[in-house]
Amino acid sequence: MAEFKTLTSTAAPLRVENIDTDQIIPAKYLTAVTKEGMGLGCFSNWRYLTDGSDNPEFSLNKPQFQGAKILVAGRNFGSGSSREHAVWALTDYGFRSVIAPAFADIFYNNSLKNGLLPVVLPEDVVQTLWDTLEANPNAEITVDLPSQKVTLPDGSSVDFQIDPFRKLCLLEGVDDLGYIMKREAAMNGYEAKRPY
Amino acid sequence: MGKTLFEKVWDAHVVAQDEGAPAVLYIDTHLIHEVTSPQAFSMLRERGLKVRRPERTFATMDHSIPTRMANATDVIPLEMWGTEQATQVQTLRKNCSDFGVTLWDIAGEVQGVVHVVGPEMGITHPGMTIVCGDSHTSTHGAFGSLAFGIGTSEVGHVLASQCLLQSKPKTMAINVSGQLSAGVTAKDIILAIIAQIGADGGTGYVFEYRGSAIEKLSMSERMTICNMSIEGGARAGMIAPDQTTFDFVEGRAHAPKGDDWTRAVAYWKTLPSDPDAVFDREIHLDASKLEPMVTYGTNPGQGAGITGHIPKESELENPAHQRALSSALEYMGLSEGQAINGLPVDVVFIGSCTNGRLEDLRQAASILKGKQISSGVMGIVVPGSKDVRNKAEAEGLDKIFTDAGFEWRGAGCSMCLAMNEDKAGAGKYVASTSNRNFQGRQGPGSRSLLMSPLMAAAAAVSGHVVDVRQML
Ligand code: SF4
Repeated sequence: MAEFKTLTSTAAPLRVENIDTDQIIPAKYLTAVTKEGMGLGCFSNWRYLTDGSDNPEFSLNKPQFQGAKILVAGRNFGSGSSREHAVWALTDYGFRSVIAPAFADIFYNNSLKNGLLPVVLPEDVVQTLWDTLEANPNAEITVDLPSQKVTLPDGSSVDFQIDPFRKLCLLEGVDDLGYIMKREAAMNGYEAKRPY
Repeated sequence: MGKTLFEKVWDAHVVAQDEGAPAVLYIDTHLIHEVTSPQAFSMLRERGLKVRRPERTFATMDHSIPTRMANATDVIPLEMWGTEQATQVQTLRKNCSDFGVTLWDIAGEVQGVVHVVGPEMGITHPGMTIVCGDSHTSTHGAFGSLAFGIGTSEVGHVLASQCLLQSKPKTMAINVSGQLSAGVTAKDIILAIIAQIGADGGTGYVFEYRGSAIEKLSMSERMTICNMSIEGGARAGMIAPDQTTFDFVEGRAHAPKGDDWTRAVAYWKTLPSDPDAVFDREIHLDASKLEPMVTYGTNPGQGAGITGHIPKESELENPAHQRALSSALEYMGLSEGQAINGLPVDVVFIGSCTNGRLEDLRQAASILKGKQISSGVMGIVVPGSKDVRNKAEAEGLDKIFTDAGFEWRGAGCSMCLAMNEDKAGAGKYVASTSNRNFQGRQGPGSRSLLMSPLMAAAAAVSGHVVDVRQML
């Protein structure tokens, strides 16, 4: 898993609530048997017009937001399907962090397992951030995991919460499996005395 | 202090718990399907790992497969599928055979939507932990199991270790009292709950549906409700096991037998929440006040009763809700304040793990019998499993559907997520018995109106959304 420490980047605003994983990666891109190339389908229903060309109206297609590694979206981001393809699509597209007022559980979990940092910030901060980014697309944001702080374009900073265990995994780039597998003895003991 | 059903099941599955770390939770049953498992098996191969408990792992094919039939009994042959879909199916076959996992193949007797097949085969028991790389795994909570969807990384973790690292969620009691009136169903209960709490109202919680209205429901109806827990933001929803549950499980292929059965039932009877158990949050719903529900928007929380209206932006306080409403209505081509009764319908989809079981098909057929689908409306019925299809055919339900002008299909997910060729066209309104009305969920540009099988059948006949209670 990719590690995450600190990230300074421009950010793309996506002023939409309840962005479900069907929007992040529509079902037609789920027919692959590998993780590669999912970025192509990222937000494809919004990003492309019916003839396949780029939709110039869509925020991420605007020249000023190219190369942004941070996405700033509305509440309940990543709701719906458990498809981890949504996270693979975002990371393949180039995002390393998503800021939103709230995330759906499964998406939040899946992100942490792929080095994509989901950051929960208060609704009013996100609102202001959208306005700032739309007015000044070159503005940079810093997401610092060790100090759990986001530094906003105006220099002010906001704290965010993250489970300490998950934080450690991200900082070191390790996944759950190694941790679980060290519990071999406990697992054997557990399996030996199942309730029925 | 007593424990809730959830806490009992959780506590019984904690293998290890370090201070400040999530629990290592044992998983009793792992369901897999062709779409979210290939990358997990690749991870096993890369790391030289085996499947720890192949006998606890079950696979079927449902999401991307075609449901069109070559003849009366078989779906079309593999060579005629989309190439990528065929590759997924062949990859699953190879993975199951290489790793020793039971596969309910499309070519076999048993197959269908993973959450319909699991309970049918008796692998879903009270008190179990069940996971699947699919968010509607919450369906199995109807049996009093803790069942939730996971991502593909976690599918790999469970394959390799039969365990998951999980932080303990909070609990929410959803008390449903009162008697449902005629024409109002389990689907309406869950749509009403989600409309009340919102599509993210349950984030971080496990629901327990309880109360007199829930106790009266059949297993099929309980599954409809638990299925959509995820649409309210909860990863899992549970219902206490009772005699209805035991009667459903008993005698099925993978149900405990003999002394094991007796021991199992004795254990299952200890699972319901203790009278003094405390939930982190409680909500109440009076089932007798409900009417048939229909969604008008692009998340399952945007629903209203059949005699109601789409809200006006000015009626909503939260700016985020206002934004969500205006973007939903723009996509749906509907207006604020518009009446639910009379909303347009072009396509009717009856199926999915929410409402693709035998009882659902019986309900839809009861409305359609001797009637014709409205001209200009296209309808398909997709049974949740081969077993559902066979039983429906034995009762002559297929004949009622085809006589009415519906297409009768093979088992699978089909137009619930439109990964195969079953897509409603752009701009089309779909009266759907499935669980998600996201933009383009049922095909690019499609507009979903979620409702019960009774309401979908009534819409098919009328050519628009109509109150099924007038047709009973
Ligand atoms: S029927 Fe629909 S909701 Fe159920 S598993 Fe299939 S795609 Fe998912």
